[in-house]
Formats: sequence, structure tokens, C-alpha cells
Amino acid sequence: MAVRDGIGEPWGTRTPYEPGEQWPVRVDGFLDGGLDVSEVDTWVPSASVLHSNGDALDIAVKDGRIVGVRGRAHDRVNRGRMDPKDLFGWQASHARDRLTRPWVRDGGRLVESDWDTAMDTVVARSTQLLNERGPGAIGFYTSGQLFLEEYYTLAAIAHGAIGTNHVDGNTRLCTATAAAALKESFGCDGQPGSYTDIDHADVIVLYGHNMAETQAVLWERVLDRMAGANPPALVCVDPRPTRVAEAATVHLAPLPGTNVALMNAILHEIIVHGWIDKDYVRAHTVGYDELEHLVRDYSPERVSKICRVPAERIRAAAEVIGGAQRLVSTVLQGYYQSHQATAAAVQVNNVHVIRGMLGRPGCGVLQMNGQPTAQNTRECGADGDLPGFRNWANDSHMEELARLWNLEVSRIPHYGPPTHIMQMLRYIEQGSIRMLWVSATNPAVSLPELARIRSLLSQERLFLVVQDIFMTETAELADVVLPAAGWAEKVGTFTNADRTVHYSGKAVDPPGQAKPDLDILLDYARRMEFRDKDGAPFPSWTDAESAFSAWQECSAGRPCDYTGLSYAMLRERGIQWPCGQDSPQGTERLYEHGRFFASPDDCEDYGHDLITGTPVEPTEYRALNPDGKAIIKAAEYLPAHETPSAEHPFVLITGRTLYQFHTRTKTGRSPQLNEAAREVWVEISSEDAQAHGIGEGDLVEVRSPRGRVRAWARITRIREGVLFLPFHYGYWDADGEHDRAANELTITMWDPVSKQPLFKTAAAAVTRVASGQGPAPAPTTTASRPVDPVPETTGGESALVCEVFTDGGAA
Amino acid sequence: MKLGMVIGELHRCENKLASHLAVLADRHRTDHEIHHVARDLITWSHQHIRQLSDTGHRFGLNLAQEPGRDPGLPRAVREKLSHWFGCRPEPGLLLLADLRHLHLVAAEVSLNWELLGQAAQATKDTELLDLTTRCHPETLRQMRWANAMLKVTAPQALTS
Repeated sequence: MAVRDGIGEPWGTRTPYEPGEQWPVRVDGFLDGGLDVSEVDTWVPSASVLHSNGDALDIAVKDGRIVGVRGRAHDRVNRGRMDPKDLFGWQASHARDRLTRPWVRDGGRLVESDWDTAMDTVVARSTQLLNERGPGAIGFYTSGQLFLEEYYTLAAIAHGAIGTNHVDGNTRLCTATAAAALKESFGCDGQPGSYTDIDHADVIVLYGHNMAETQAVLWERVLDRMAGANPPALVCVDPRPTRVAEAATVHLAPLPGTNVALMNAILHEIIVHGWIDKDYVRAHTVGYDELEHLVRDYSPERVSKICRVPAERIRAAAEVIGGAQRLVSTVLQGYYQSHQATAAAVQVNNVHVIRGMLGRPGCGVLQMNGQPTAQNTRECGADGDLPGFRNWANDSHMEELARLWNLEVSRIPHYGPPTHIMQMLRYIEQGSIRMLWVSATNPAVSLPELARIRSLLSQERLFLVVQDIFMTETAELADVVLPAAGWAEKVGTFTNADRTVHYSGKAVDPPGQAKPDLDILLDYARRMEFRDKDGAPFPSWTDAESAFSAWQECSAGRPCDYTGLSYAMLRERGIQWPCGQDSPQGTERLYEHGRFFASPDDCEDYGHDLITGTPVEPTEYRALNPDGKAIIKAAEYLPAHETPSAEHPFVLITGRTLYQFHTRTKTGRSPQLNEAAREVWVEISSEDAQAHGIGEGDLVEVRSPRGRVRAWARITRIREGVLFLPFHYGYWDADGEHDRAANELTITMWDPVSKQPLFKTAAAAVTRVASGQGPAPAPTTTASRPVDPVPETTGGESALVCEVFTDGGAA
Repeated sequence: MKLGMVIGELHRCENKLASHLAVLADRHRTDHEIHHVARDLITWSHQHIRQLSDTGHRFGLNLAQEPGRDPGLPRAVREKLSHWFGCRPEPGLLLLADLRHLHLVAAEVSLNWELLGQAAQATKDTELLDLTTRCHPETLRQMRWANAMLKVTAPQALTS
């Protein structure tokens, strides 16, 4: 047993292991106020909800309150470990400012109300809009943090009962490109690899993925491999000096916005040196010749001038990747939120496809997610996809969906892809969407160009419904606010970034009149009197478990097959889909033996032109890929749409820190987490800081053509010419002007394929405003580690975590 | 030989396409995807114009290397107008009209590449054939983009 500072030592004690061995167990536990394990009344199984990793944990309950957590020893994802947000984030559930009653706008002010008044207001406006303007006047914007059952219900209500095409989730900001890249390369969404591929890999490449902070427990898995015999080589692509970059054999820090050029140079080297599996390419792929032709022009010398990375370092990275026997690649926001997002992420798939490195232990692509339940938003059809990865352009898929829902097929819009949030905002701007229902997300802080977002969401003609657990910045603009139950206050399931499905139990009652999101949605459906084609109430299900059953039926035969799962099985441990008749224990890796889900009749998507975003027509796809092979798609590099200028000489990128999540609605209310990163800072290189007369901790102003932000300067080894702002800091706990949120500065632009907004390519300027009171309030344990020594980030007495090294499981 | 005539006509049409893309980009600045992708697509037409100008010399043509100037209102005025009208419903219809027109102009360019490609094969002019093989697919992509954006934006614009 060991004790660690859960804040100051976020990755805990090493448990080294060798290639092919099982990752050792280390059970982390934290109980509030020095409680003893024996004093806990009950332990309720769940998994983490403040990142996408899906760490399985038990929630400790005493006297009807949550008092702590411990990791689940035998879960495949974390083998007992927990990261800082898992350990401390649950405290927000008991925050005094939880929403406990509905609020309704009356004479310009939000006033406390009751469920009947609030729901009748929503129903009245919905009915009026449906009668006067039709379903296209109503839009839904949901989350990556609800449960599977809730997304499926929302998808059924929006696509089926109302018949609007305007359904999206904030997954658009975090995971849309992961889904898009998988669809382009493999015809269908679904994570090819598995976390267990880390156990076998000899090379791990992290593309724009600060795993140490976004999936801290998975990073521990990598660290444990690094600490054991025959460790893997790491390659890191990131402009920041992350912990991943520090651990890497080769670190590339390209100029933001140039990922496609870099990928093309890596592919160029792989092809020139013949590090490809020709038999695999011949048997299982289409499109290779086009790739070979296109990357011919991308020599490391040429690309070194675009990315401003030395050519020999690009060669060195390509050599490591090309020499790998068991290659794992992971991708995240450094690619997904940057210029040419899908094109760049697809090139990572291409590396694996041409090297034949898929569907075997240690050979996997992990196109990551940013949020805990983003995978469910995608598979259930609540974010621009249709339920069960069905293809909107395939009529037989749509007939299937209509049969499942017992609706006329014409009632479900499928004349185009579901409308993405940025386009919905445009329709709100033009006044054709008149009602927007936002659940469990905070667009007034998280979307780009906030001045525009605020003005759109506060329009008189827009009826805004917000369903959340706190009075967020978005809720304050709403016409109706619905108080929701949070994690640990309701039952459901959710799926992490490697397809592991977890059950999440109800540990405590929600505060006041707050209700599970599922109940709110079903209540709406009943009050709206939605009916199927035989006149029966629609959706037909009534609670979480019956929603899960309905979803199982919808998932049957699709890649995300849940038919072999049950709540009882999932209470025991996480299981990876597909889990059906042929795979009752779940499926570790997709695409074994080069078998894909890409045939024209099965595939979720026919793909797009990676440059223009134009969808491929069904007939074209049928001609291109009749046998359903992997699709190799090449893309030329294009310069970013906003590049530095004399007036705005920096490239601004935004992102996360380990200790906070999203707009801090939960982590900002968890004392240990909040203290570790309590105020906004901006990271700048020593050279740039010196040139602008900026010292550590000085107050600076960052400006872009769209706005300005004041932040404390943190001087780090970030690449020159780049500024980094964490995007967590909004206004719920700040006074005064709109000068704190990173998205005051970001540009309104998105990737033409995935429609993911670009948070990592805005031009900006920086000036010193005043000297600081000490070092910047940024953590020292992470990518924001300062160049000059400052007091270390620690959690002290209140953050002590117990570690137990045993296969027994009990902490 | 009437090849020179086709090249000259193609050069003229590519100019027209480039200026339509420029107008589209400026006029629909608040439709951000349209604005940015249209700007990217202009680059292809500009490259075609330069390559046609180079090829033209062989056929005794003296075609401009650089694209012609945009017709109509100055760009700054168009962008301002697009911001002013950004939150009214009419731009949805204007966008449909502009995309529809763009598709037709791109189709004209595409047909001319088709003609040039056929002629290049008949005369066994491999250099000319290479040019059409390089450029024509990009014209088709411009055309398909206009069609796709039309398809996506039409339902809301026409039924709201």
C-alpha cells in the first residue's frame, strides 16, 4: 500500500510490465474527511464522467451522500486506477448551487417555477412552432455526458416524433472528426483498436493527443510499459511541451494548421522506403495509387518549410513509425480541432492501412474522444449521425429505422445529413430555427466567437430551453431551465473511447425536484402526445432499462451490437461492443483479417471529398468500393484560413488542462481540482515573452480579430510563435466583462468534412498589461510546467490518495 | 486546327468561374463554410488559368497569366452587405441562387475541358492530355461542391 498526493502526483506509482503481459492492478481510493472504508454504507458501480477514458470505479455512499470513490480492480480499462478528476470531481454533485427547481422566463427575468408550468411552456411553444412553421423550426443540441438511454430517446423524439433534421451534440467540438475519419477510411464509425494494444506495442505515436492530461490513466498504462522491459518507442506531434513530448523518442512540434503536410511527408517516407505491406494493400484496400501519387510531392525538405520542423526530425519520426512491428497510433484535438481536421486524421488511418497494422494485438488506431459518453451520442444518433450507425443516404437503412420505431419512413428526415450545430446557429441567426433545446452543455462558453454566440442565443425570437445541473452561462440566457439529475443520481450505461460499455448506478437521490434527463425527455414526449403509426405512445419505452432494450434491438446486426449485453453483466465489469451472438464476451479489436464494415449496403457513410466536404454519391461509392475494403484517401495540404499577420503575429491554440473539464461546471466546484488550476493563464515561449517584455505571472491581454482576453502569463517551452489558452474559464464565477473565456478569440470556421470547429488556428496578438502577484495560476505538473522554477502544484492533506497493489480488488 | 479556340474559350470560362467563386465567398461571408471553401476552390481555377496561359503559347495565343478582375461591386462593399443582411432570411435564398449559378458556370468549364481532352486524344497531344487529366477532375469537384451545398441548404431555405 502507498499514499500519494492525488494532485501533485497525478499518475501515481509505477507498476512496470513487459510486452504481452497483463497490466498489473493498482487500486486507488479516496474517501472524504478521513472516513474509514468500514464506515461506507454501500458501493455503487459506475465509471468516470470527466474525460473519455472510462475508468471504472465504485461510488462510496454514506447516509445518502457520496463520500468517495475507489477504482475497480478487474475492469479492463483502468485496472483499479483513477486520475485526479475521478478522485475529486464527484464533490460537485453536492454543491449548494445545484439547480433544484425549473425556472421560467417571465417579463425578461428567470423566475423559479414548477415542472408543470415549465413543461407546459415548452410543449405550448413546440406545438405552436410545429403548426406554424414545421419541424425545421426546432433544433436540439445535446452533449457527450448524458447516458446511452437518454441519447437514444432524444434521437427517437427529434428524428422520429418531431421529424426535425436539426440534431447535434457538443461532441461536434470533441469527437466529430474521429467519427468522420473512421467513416472515410473504413466506411463506418467504430474504434478499430483497443487500450490493450498498448500492452503489446513496440511503437506508440500520439498525434495532437496530450494523453497525459486528457486520458491520464491510459497514460499511466504507457508509463508502466516505459518503466518495464522492452519499452515502446514514442513519437509525439504537439506544439506544446507536454509530458508526452518529454517522454517521446521523437517529438515534432509543427506550426499549428500544417498537420496534413506533416502526415504527407511521413507517408512519403514510408512509401519511398517500402515500409508497406503490399499483400495487405492489394487484398484489403482501394485507393493506394492516388496516395502514392499525391505524397510524391511531399518530401521532408519541402514539408520542413511548411511545418517549420527540421527535415531530419520528420525522417527520424517516419523511420520509427516505418520500423514498427506493432504500431499503435492515437489521435486527438491537436488534429481534430485544427485546419484540415478530417484529412489529417485520415492520413493516420492510412499509415496503418498501408502498413497492414490493424486488427492484431498491438496494431491499432485509436481515434480518441474527448468526452465520457461521446461514443453513445454518435451511435445512438443524437449528434449528426443516425441510430445504429445507419446511413441517411441508404433508403433500406432508413426503412429499417422506421420499422424499429413503427413510424412512416417519410416522417424521419433523410434528405441530407443531420444539421450540425454551426449550421443550426446560422439558421438561428436567420430566424428559421425558433426553438433550441440544449441539454448538458454550455455553448455560451464552449463555442467559437462567443460575442456572436451570446447575441444569437439571447435573441427575442429564439425560444431557448436549457436542461442542466447548474445555472450555467447558457442557462442564464434561457427561456426555460430544467433541473437535471447528474451522474450517480440516475441509472444508465455509457461507452468509452475503446468501445467499453459500463453500467452506472444510482448512488444518491437528485437534489430538490431535479429529474433524470431520460425522465424529462419521456415526460415531454407524453405531454406532446407523440404516437407511432398505430396510435401507440412513442417512444414506447418508459425507463432506463426498457430504453436499453429498445436500443439493443436497434443495434442488432450493426457494428455497435449491444444485443449480448445486459445491465446485470455490466454491473460486474465493462465489456467492449460488438457483443452479440457471435461475440458474447465482447470484441477486443475490429477489422481482424482485413474484414471491414464498408460494403455499399452496410456502410454508415459513402465518404466525402476531403478538401471540399462534398459527399460521395451512392453510385460513385458502389463503383469505388464494391467489395467493402478499406478506403485510402489522399489529401493535398492547403494553408490555414487565418494565418499570422503583422497585427496578429501569433497562432493561438486552445485546449485543456489535467485538473479541469470543459467549462468547469463540475471541476470548478471540486476544491482540490479548482485550487490546482483556479484562474486562466496563457502559455508563451521564453523568446516571445522576452521580445514582448513579459515576465512569469504578468497580466497580459491576448487579442484576435474577434475579441480580447486577459490572462496571467506562463512562460514555457511551447514552440515560438504559438500561444496556448485553456478553454475552461467562463463567467459563472467571475465578475465584470467578457474577457476571460478563450472562445472570445476563436474563429468561426469548421472542417468541411467533420464540421468540427477549428479552435487551433486563430491569429492573435499579445501585450503586457501589468506585473503579476507571483507566478501564473497554472499547474506545474503538466504541459504548463514553467521554464523558471515556481512553487510546485500540490494537493496537500485534503488530496491524499490510497494506492493498493493487489489482485484482490478491495481497497 | 481549332484547338486554340477551345483553349481560349476555356481560359475565358475559368476566369468567369474564378470570379463567381470570389463573389460567392464575399457575398456569403456569414455562411462561413461557403466563404472559406469557396476561397480554397478559387485557387484551383487560378492554377488552371496560369496553365492554360502557358499552353496557349504553343497555339499562338497570348492569354493572361493572372485571373481577370472581379466584376460588380467592390469586394469590401459586398462583404459589408453580407454582414448587414446576415441575420435576415433572404440570404438563404440568395445563397441558393448563387450556388445554382455557380454550378452552371462550372458545368460550362467542365464541358470545355471535355472538348479539349477529346481533341488532345485525337491529335495525340500528350502534353495537352496531361493538362486536361490534371485540371478537369478539379473542375468536377468544384461543380459537385456547388451541387452538394445546394442540396444541404435548400430544405431550410425553401421551407422556413
